[in-house]
Amino acid sequence: MTLLLAIGIGVLAGAGIWLMLRARSFDVILGLTLLSYAVNLFIFSMGRLRVNAAPIIDAARAPTLTDYADPLPQALVLTAIVIGFAMTALLLVIALRARMETGTDQVDGVEGDSR
Amino acid sequence: MSWPHWTVLPVVAPLMAGAVVMLLERRGAAIARAVAVATAIALVVLAAALAWQASDGTVRAYLLGNWAAPFGISLALDRLAGLMLLLAAIVGLASLLYAGAGDASRGAHFHSLVLFQLAGLNGAFLTADLFNLFVFFEVLLIASYGLLLHGGGAARLRASIHYVSFNLTGSALFLIAVSLLYGLTGTLNMADLAGRVAQLPADDAVLLRVAATLLLVVFCVKAALLPLYFWLPETYSAASAPAAAVFAIMTKVGVYAIARVSTLVFGADAGVGASVAQPWLPALALATLALGAAGAFAARRLRQMLAYLIVASAGTLLLAIGLGTPGTVGAGLFYLINSTLVAAAMFLLIDRIALGRGVLGDALEPAPHGARRAMLGPAFFLLAVAMAGVPPLAGFLGKALLLDAARETSLAVWVWAVVLGAGLATIVTLARAGTIVFWRGGEEDARHAASTAFADYGGGPRLAGSGARAAHPGPALAIVLLGALIVACALFAGPIAAYTGDAAGQLFARRPYIDAVLGAAPAAPAIDVRKEMREQGRLKGAAR
Repeated sequence: MTLLLAIGIGVLAGAGIWLMLRARSFDVILGLTLLSYAVNLFIFSMGRLRVNAAPIIDAARAPTLTDYADPLPQALVLTAIVIGFAMTALLLVIALRARMETGTDQVDGVEGDSR
Repeated sequence: MSWPHWTVLPVVAPLMAGAVVMLLERRGAAIARAVAVATAIALVVLAAALAWQASDGTVRAYLLGNWAAPFGISLALDRLAGLMLLLAAIVGLASLLYAGAGDASRGAHFHSLVLFQLAGLNGAFLTADLFNLFVFFEVLLIASYGLLLHGGGAARLRASIHYVSFNLTGSALFLIAVSLLYGLTGTLNMADLAGRVAQLPADDAVLLRVAATLLLVVFCVKAALLPLYFWLPETYSAASAPAAAVFAIMTKVGVYAIARVSTLVFGADAGVGASVAQPWLPALALATLALGAAGAFAARRLRQMLAYLIVASAGTLLLAIGLGTPGTVGAGLFYLINSTLVAAAMFLLIDRIALGRGVLGDALEPAPHGARRAMLGPAFFLLAVAMAGVPPLAGFLGKALLLDAARETSLAVWVWAVVLGAGLATIVTLARAGTIVFWRGGEEDARHAASTAFADYGGGPRLAGSGARAAHPGPALAIVLLGALIVACALFAGPIAAYTGDAAGQLFARRPYIDAVLGAAPAAPAIDVRKEMREQGRLKGAAR
C-alpha cells in the first residue's frame, strides 16, 4: 500500500510540475491542482497509513493506540483542501479575466511561438 | 492589562472590522473609510501597547480556544512580534489614509482587503504554531491577491497570474515541509518542535534537513531572495500605490519567519538539524543585494527602481539574519524598521510625483514641472537619504550597526565590500532619479522627452479626477506620518536599537519562549460543558 501511494504521489506531482511549466494559463492551473492533490496525499500519509483505525474516540473500541489513527493530519489535509480549492477558483477567475483583457491565454499575455 | 485576550486582538479586531466595513460600504464610502481608518488607528495604539508590554522581556503565550500547549494552537508575544505588529499597523494606517483620496474607490472592498491583510500579517507574527503560520500566510496572500488586482487593468491581471501561481506553488512546498516535520516529530508547535528536533536520531537527519530547507525556501519566496525574487519587481510596480505600500511589509513576513524558525527550531543547538541555512543564506543574500542595486540602477521607471531597491533591502536583511549572531540580527531588525517605513512612504510619494507628470507618469524622463515641485522635491530627498543609508537618517545607522556586527564573522570582507558597494550604487541611482525628475525638465528637456515618451501605463486612465484628488488631505497626511516616523527613528535611534538588540537576544535565548509557550496553563472554565455532558451521559466514549 505504501509503495502504491508513493507512486501515486510521485505521478501526480510529476504531471503537475510538467503542466505548470507550460505556457497556457489553463495548463498551469491544472498543474497546480494536480500538485495540490499530491501534497494532500502526502500530508495524509505523514500520519502513517493505517487500515481499520478510527481517528475519533469511539466507545466501542479499546482506548489503545493500535485501534486509532492519527487524527491531526486528517484535520490538516482538510484545511489544505479548502484553501487549495479556493485558491484554484480565484486563479481560474483571474485567468478568465486576463484572457478577456489581453485576448490570449498565454501566461505572459503575449501570443508567441510558445506552445 | 489584566484582561488575557489582548494578545489575540490584533488578529480578531481587523478581521471583524473588515467584515463590518464590507457591509457598511453599501451605506456609502465615507462611513466605510472612517471605520477602517479608526480601526487602523486603534491597531497602531494596540500594537504600541503590546510592544511596550513585550519590552520587559517576558514572553506572553495565549492559548487559542483554551487548549493546552502542544495540542492546541498557541500565540506568543515577544519583543520581535510586538515590533512587527507595530510596523504592520503603521503601514496599514498610512495606506488607508492615502487611499482615502480616491484610490480606494478605484475598485471594490479596498478597505476590507487592507484590514484582512493586517489580520493575516498580525497572525503570522504572533503564531507559535507552524501550520497556523501556513494558514495566516494564506490569509495575507488572499488579501494581497485582491489588493494587487485593485483597480484592474491588463498589466495587473498579468502580474496576478504570475504572483498567484508562484505563491500557490510556494504554499504546496510549505505544506510538504510542514507535514514532513510533523511526520518526523509528531508536533507542529514551534516551541515543542524546538525540543523534539534536537532529540531526533541521526537516521532522520536527511529528512529533517530536507524539511528545514524546503521551509526556508518557502520563506525566501516571500522575502524575495535571489533565485526566487522574480515575482517582486513585476508585482510591486503593477500594484496601485496604497496596495504597494502595504506590500512593503509583506517581504518582511518572510524575513520574520526565517528569523523565527532559524533561531528557534533550527538554531545552533538543534542536533542533526542545526544551522541548516548557514552555508548558503549569507552568500545568496549578498548576491541578492548586489543584484537589487544593479536592477535599480538599470530601471527606467521610478516604481521599478523602488521595487529593486526593496529587493536590495531584503538582501541586506537576510544577510543580517544569515550571518546568525545576535549582533547582526539586532542590527538587521533595526534596519528592517527603517526600510519598511521608507519603502511604504516612497511608493506613496512616487504616486504623487507621477500624478503631476501627466502621460509620462513615473518614467525616468524629464517632464515639465508640476506646481508642487517645491513640496515633492524635499520629500523625495528626505526619503532618498533614508533609503540610501546616508547620514544622518536611520538607514545609515542600520547599515553601520550591521557592518560593525559583521566584523567578527568569517564573511566580514565580503559583507563590507558588497554592502558599501550596493550603498554607493543606490546613492547614484537615487541621485540620478531625483535630478531627472526635479531638476531637468525645463522647456527644452520637456519637448525632447515628449517626442520620445512612451506610455504603457498599467494603471489605466490616471488623469481624470486628479484635480479633485489633489485637494484631499489623506495622501499628504500619510506621507508626513511616515516621514515623521523615519526622522523619529533617527532621533530615537538609541532606545530603538536597544529594543531590537534585546529582541535579537530574546530570539537566540530560546528558553524563555519555549517555557512560556509550553508552560502556559489553560484558564479554568467558567462553565464546564464537557462535565455537564458527561453527567448527562451524552459524551461519546464517556462510558470508560
